Amino acid sequence: MTASASNAQTLPITVTVNGRAYELALEPRKLLADVLRQDLGLTGLNIGCAHGVCGSCTILLDGETVRSCTLFGVQADGAEITTIEGVAPSFEELHPVQEAFWAQQGLQCGYCTPGMVLRTIELLRENPDPTREQAREAIASNLCRCTGYQFIVDAVIDAAARLRSAAQQEEPDESRS
Amino acid sequence: MSRGAEIPKIQAPRDLKWIGRSTRRVEDPKYLRGLGRYVADLEFPGMLHAAIVRSPHPHARILGIDAEAARQIPGVVAVVTGAEAAELVDPLPDSGPAPDRHVFRVLALDKVRYVGEGVALVIAESRYIAEDARDYVDVDYEPLDPIVDPIAAGQDTSNLVHDALGSNVAYDRTFTFGDVERHFAEADIVVRDRLHWRRGAAMPLDNGGAVGIYDPATGELTIHANSISMTWFAFALAATLRIPSNKFDVISYASGGSFGARFCNWRVLVTAGLASKLTGRPVKYSEDRLDHITNGDQHASDRYYDVELALTRDGIFRSLKTDVIDDYGAYCHLGVGTHGNAMAQVTGAYRIESTVYRVRAVLTNKTQQGAYRGFGAEVANWAIERLVDKAARQLDIDPAEIRRKNFIQPEQFPYHIPTGNMYDSGDYERVLDHALELFGYDHWRAEQARMRADGRRVGIGLVSCQERSVYSATEFWFWYDDPAVQTTSTPEGVKLTADALGNLTVTLHSTPFWGNSSDTMAAMLVAEEFDVDPATVGIEYHGTKGGLPAAGPGGSRLTVMYAGAIRGAATKIKDKARRIAAQQFEADPEDVEWVDGGFQVRGTPDVRKEFGEIAMAAHLFATELPEGLQSGLEASHVYDHPYTTMPSKDRTDLGVFYPCMGHACHIAMVEVDVETGGVKVLRYAAVHDAGTMVNPRSLEGQIIGGTAQGIATALLEELVYDDQGQLLSSSFTDFLMPTAMEVPELDIGHEETPSPITEYGIKGGGEAGRMMAPGAMSAAIDDALVDYGIHVAELPATPERIVRWIGEAGGGAGSAPR
Repeated sequence: MTASASNAQTLPITVTVNGRAYELALEPRKLLADVLRQDLGLTGLNIGCAHGVCGSCTILLDGETVRSCTLFGVQADGAEITTIEGVAPSFEELHPVQEAFWAQQGLQCGYCTPGMVLRTIELLRENPDPTREQAREAIASNLCRCTGYQFIVDAVIDAAARLRSAAQQEEPDESRS
Repeated sequence: MSRGAEIPKIQAPRDLKWIGRSTRRVEDPKYLRGLGRYVADLEFPGMLHAAIVRSPHPHARILGIDAEAARQIPGVVAVVTGAEAAELVDPLPDSGPAPDRHVFRVLALDKVRYVGEGVALVIAESRYIAEDARDYVDVDYEPLDPIVDPIAAGQDTSNLVHDALGSNVAYDRTFTFGDVERHFAEADIVVRDRLHWRRGAAMPLDNGGAVGIYDPATGELTIHANSISMTWFAFALAATLRIPSNKFDVISYASGGSFGARFCNWRVLVTAGLASKLTGRPVKYSEDRLDHITNGDQHASDRYYDVELALTRDGIFRSLKTDVIDDYGAYCHLGVGTHGNAMAQVTGAYRIESTVYRVRAVLTNKTQQGAYRGFGAEVANWAIERLVDKAARQLDIDPAEIRRKNFIQPEQFPYHIPTGNMYDSGDYERVLDHALELFGYDHWRAEQARMRADGRRVGIGLVSCQERSVYSATEFWFWYDDPAVQTTSTPEGVKLTADALGNLTVTLHSTPFWGNSSDTMAAMLVAEEFDVDPATVGIEYHGTKGGLPAAGPGGSRLTVMYAGAIRGAATKIKDKARRIAAQQFEADPEDVEWVDGGFQVRGTPDVRKEFGEIAMAAHLFATELPEGLQSGLEASHVYDHPYTTMPSKDRTDLGVFYPCMGHACHIAMVEVDVETGGVKVLRYAAVHDAGTMVNPRSLEGQIIGGTAQGIATALLEELVYDDQGQLLSSSFTDFLMPTAMEVPELDIGHEETPSPITEYGIKGGGEAGRMMAPGAMSAAIDDALVDYGIHVAELPATPERIVRWIGEAGGGAGSAPR
């Protein structure tokens, strides 16, 4: 049995979360999910199973989705992390993926939603125009207990259209500038 | 409508502005931003954390607990053993058959009765330290023989889960409704089935959690929790914690799903409450997944059925016999309410003249049952639909046609089934025809024949099932001849406030949001009354302290109950506002009408005051109010169950207790791989009638989500105990919830037969999908494997079981094992 938390040593790390740099002193055993939730107050990610199956704790780590419940905080040393709190552009506006989830009712209880939104952002970066089947396969990494997934698939397809149309609108702007 | 009153003719919904429009949910933005705040997210200054020491044994005597080493660990504030907890708090609220003889406690006292039962509680500065210290709590157990098989346990009187009970059968009673023996004697054919519905669970992604905050200065205890708050019943929880009921406040927090699992999960609240009372500091207890699966009191029905259907040679149903053994696990704190629920609709959508229902509730060394979407009625749906399918096959009648022959007809509503419950309205043939068309039944039957000719094992299954909604309290005691209290109230109260600008806030008195769009429902109902946008309606939650009577979600009641409560409160506000407007118009209030968000004098639309103007007057200009009115514009209203009647003394009539009757037809097409036993859903259509729809898109979300759970019940999910009483599926790697790849796309259709007894004709619809899918899937698998003579009699139909059934059928004729 190892020593308990109160007399445990800490290790220093630097990590960038949602664009802001942090220097943290972490107990080596502390899970990344707990570091984000407890030390940084980013409670948007949720812990569903704590063994890496459900995906409720999904974050983007250096741009890729990972499960923060099966990583230690110290493993994020030097990494760039985006959590659900870092997705919307402002307090007034939602990200197009969030808008699509809202419009399609791609959520019910909201517990899996941060993971689903981040997974969708990752998918649409890789494949901006997925079929329903591809969308389904992509989100099969994460469990949802409420929706039966159909409206999440609707949301992914809707989000893809929103992002493509935003990209098209940007292009002529860029050519003018 | 008063209890037992005459049922009026069905009113079609009036011209409505918001009800019936798919509307974006008002709750969603905060959850999309990750700012929804579940109970696990709460932090309070000085907050401690609790972890539970769980039993590794299914059945063992506790000889002693040595917690000294754990208490010495830095950061540990207290360790509470079961014996110490029994000094601090009373047993948990329990509506089981003999609460004094199967005593339900927050921690085990003298012996443990299932793997995972709590024996001690560690309270520490962090959850990490609490879990460290848990390993230093030394419990001395004397293992006893585990009691696992409910059939054997029911016969055994030597090895008991609860010695004081003198038996492992907590409840055994036969209810007879009508002349069952005569109808069976007259029958041309009797179809029999023996069925086994195995143990599952609601399994929301969020676990149970609570933060207890005891204030030593005032003696008040506040519990923030993601369970139902239920002002209606909070006094019982206060009594357990030995706190005066008016110094006890349960404040609801959102839960990441429930599906029943947050219904009355007293253990979590009492754990946090007693820990805070003991330490004088806020204490959080969050179940982890293992806590929830093993010690969350939330397993679901685990039933063995013998059922018989008597019918004529023309396929007309006469009578139904049900004999069910339910493995409740080690306790049964909700009594046998899950069977009361089943008896609300036990004869299904059919004209069946009589029925008999025997239930035996057996106790074993397993985690006890709680609630799961359908609350036991989904199992009875499966049982009767299995019988109907068997009858159809025996008589060589199409599954759709045998149902059509036996449906209760539209003009027969309100219809009393033999148990005494009333179905308020319905048009089942219309739902069936809609579903056949939506599915493309004839086309796909032809396609199926072609696919079969190619050697593919493709089957189509159809069910037509009830969804009862809006329960009455009587279903929790009509089991007993002399219940302690014969409660008849299942109320829901709201308060509605218009501020000085006329902006509206609705105060909800029971609701944790758990995915059921309670806020949106309330906002849309307010919007309908006042002609405002639902997004502008303020929502607040009231705790149990000083709260209005409210029973909260459960039994698909909330939308119906909110509609009644909000309508009532809105009417009071509008009546007052109308009097103020009339005074300003110098008109008779009778001549002042509400039009598009304001008041007008009838026939003179240019004489008009907006609601905001009246609200301003009501708040700020007391001297201008009509004689006798006070300042302000708010009203509370408590809506009681719309239609309850009392059970007869001899229980040959259970009374009306679940009258708002929804209906659905589900049709599934599957392909079975006979080599692997894998089942793939090729096509799935569902038509539902939940009365007047409030938010169709949200209702469809509930239907699809419920159907996904029903498909999982049929194919995947099971809490497996081995013969030594060890739980083998205690994580998400073993309890197989479906991913997006296992759930098909659904085609959804609606019919709207309004309820004659609720506001706007709304019925509940939140549980429906799960109440139909297991039957449709079973029938489709039967049909796919018709060459083997297989009849699915056991769920889940896992690949392993399907391969075994095919093997046992010898690759030819035969049937599934019984």
